Amino acid sequence: MENQFFVDSEYLSKEALETKHRLEKDKASRKNPMEYFPEMERIESEVCGNVLKQMEEYEPSNYTARDVLNALEHETCSVEDFKALLSPAAEPFLEQMAQRAGKETAKHFGNTVYLFTPLYIANYCENYCVYCGFNCYNHIKRMRLTMEQIEHEMKVIADSGMEEILLLTGESRAQSDVHYIGEACKLARKYFRMVGIEIYPVNTEEYKYLHECGVDYVTVFQETYDIEKYEQLHLAGHKRVWPYRFDAQERALRGGMRGVAFSALLGLSDFRKDALASAMHVYYLQRKYPHAEFSLSCPRLRPIVNNDKINPLDVHEKQLCQILCAYRIFLPFVGITVSSRESAEFRNGIVKIAATKVSAGVSTGIGDHESKYSGKESDGEQGDEQFEIDDNRSLKKMYADIEKEGLQPVLNEYLYV
Amino acid sequence: MEKDKLIIGGHEFTSRFILGSGKYSMKLIEAAVKDAGAQIITLAVRRANTKEQENILDYIPEGVTLLPNTSGARTAEEAVRIARLARELGCGDFIKIEIMRDSKYLLPDNEATVRATEILAKEGFVVMPYMYPDLNTARDLANAGAATIMPLASPIGSNKGLATREFIQILIDEIDLPIIVDAGIGRPSQACEAMEMGAAAVMANTALATAGNLTGMACAFRQAIEAGRNAYLSGLGRVLTRGASASDPLTGFLRD
Repeated sequence: MENQFFVDSEYLSKEALETKHRLEKDKASRKNPMEYFPEMERIESEVCGNVLKQMEEYEPSNYTARDVLNALEHETCSVEDFKALLSPAAEPFLEQMAQRAGKETAKHFGNTVYLFTPLYIANYCENYCVYCGFNCYNHIKRMRLTMEQIEHEMKVIADSGMEEILLLTGESRAQSDVHYIGEACKLARKYFRMVGIEIYPVNTEEYKYLHECGVDYVTVFQETYDIEKYEQLHLAGHKRVWPYRFDAQERALRGGMRGVAFSALLGLSDFRKDALASAMHVYYLQRKYPHAEFSLSCPRLRPIVNNDKINPLDVHEKQLCQILCAYRIFLPFVGITVSSRESAEFRNGIVKIAATKVSAGVSTGIGDHESKYSGKESDGEQGDEQFEIDDNRSLKKMYADIEKEGLQPVLNEYLYV
Repeated sequence: MEKDKLIIGGHEFTSRFILGSGKYSMKLIEAAVKDAGAQIITLAVRRANTKEQENILDYIPEGVTLLPNTSGARTAEEAVRIARLARELGCGDFIKIEIMRDSKYLLPDNEATVRATEILAKEGFVVMPYMYPDLNTARDLANAGAATIMPLASPIGSNKGLATREFIQILIDEIDLPIIVDAGIGRPSQACEAMEMGAAAVMANTALATAGNLTGMACAFRQAIEAGRNAYLSGLGRVLTRGASASDPLTGFLRD
């Protein structure tokens, strides 16, 4: 398989390198991605079949300018309309799409833009996902923060004024188990009004436990809905099991979470099909769990430590904007988050069209908030970051910039009940 | 007309415009109070759950009644908890109940709303329930101790106006509580129409928040609501729905 991803570290043992190369070259050496590990819960659900069917049937090149114009004229956007808006035929109509999307955003969210920041508490990972900076074969500085260190990080962030936090870990049950994450969530409840997690997928009972620890929102990125491609990119580890990951949001809702977030990592496979599948995943789950809150994001591939060649291929800013507009028109009620992977200019523009939440004061490294926020050299150890960010504005700057655009920055609008 | 007052839970108001809570900004509050004459301003308790809350609460001028709402509640129990929290936060005894278990259309759950109303009315709250305009539910809410009934005109934020007109009229005709039209009012003319029908007040937010000129729109709402109210109090004249009236009476053949 030729790609931009494979990098051999000089620090790997001969055996590790052999295993790595075997996984990369020989499909037969890799686990079947549809096969569950024994401890993984299976749920009965028709959602996956429905999403895959929509994705398989979708042929973006079949849609015409007429289909796109019809879609823009319809008051309610049907699945067929959405498919037209995602197609290449819609590219010349980007401005009209943005106008319509902006109206829908204003109707459902007014002029508010929510702010949050991610906090990485551990970067150990047992998976080999070839594009990710945390992958187990990438030689980076690994770290798992202690509760004292986590609390210190949280204080620094809370002092900046931030009220919503997203806790993240690498995907290692051995290094950062559910109990460890739960304790971190309890701490987060002390310092923040709203706590979300983006961790490895877990079983319903574990989501229930984490909800009791104070979490109400769960983000899981499917990365790509194209199972064949997924198999080629997630070569080893629990993450390799595609359907267990797919059902994570449904298990989270069954575990009592208020809201769930979805995404494909654009640039891994056919981005139009992945965008379609992400939105259909939301669409079908919303029909099944109408009380739940849903949100979507659209991350694109970014360079990582030890590999600066990684890029989002054919997903340029125009394509990204098209997808976000199509999401907004098809699912006007969902939250749309745009992360610091994108530039300040893009984020300033997209909050006026479709996005309802942006991150600020972001670090994707471990334990480095004090040095990043205050410029002070930290005495403590720091772990390497997951990917390079583009927009490094502080909360204060982001808040001011949003106001300058005539919008209303909101730090929290949530109650844990 | 000077004595025309809106009375909710024993409190008197002269304004019949209530600012809703969906989209919030200081400018909106200012325009609603100064230009639309609002004496009641809704505040989502979940929005007040921020370190910025001092700013919002400090900004509410003297004499304006704060109406906290329970948005974010998915069940009666959650609404009750949020209402109690509002009281603890010092938001007073008014509470607008909003219970939604649909994140797409944000339509209220009437049955859960009745249950929450009953509990909170017993605890001494002035309960103002948001509901889908159904006569049986409205009666249940009145019996449960509601201070007003707040039927929706059309889905929240839609600016589609009085889509439920006929059903709101039934509530106005049959329920002895102030009927406050909530949600979906997009234009001053729609607010005026609701007031002409006999609504006690109108609540709006998105219509102002998304207007090109906030101050101008706030003034327009005040004028429209006053016009509609005056028309209602004056007794609407005859409105011919089709053609003219016959000059030769149909009953002319009847003998004394």
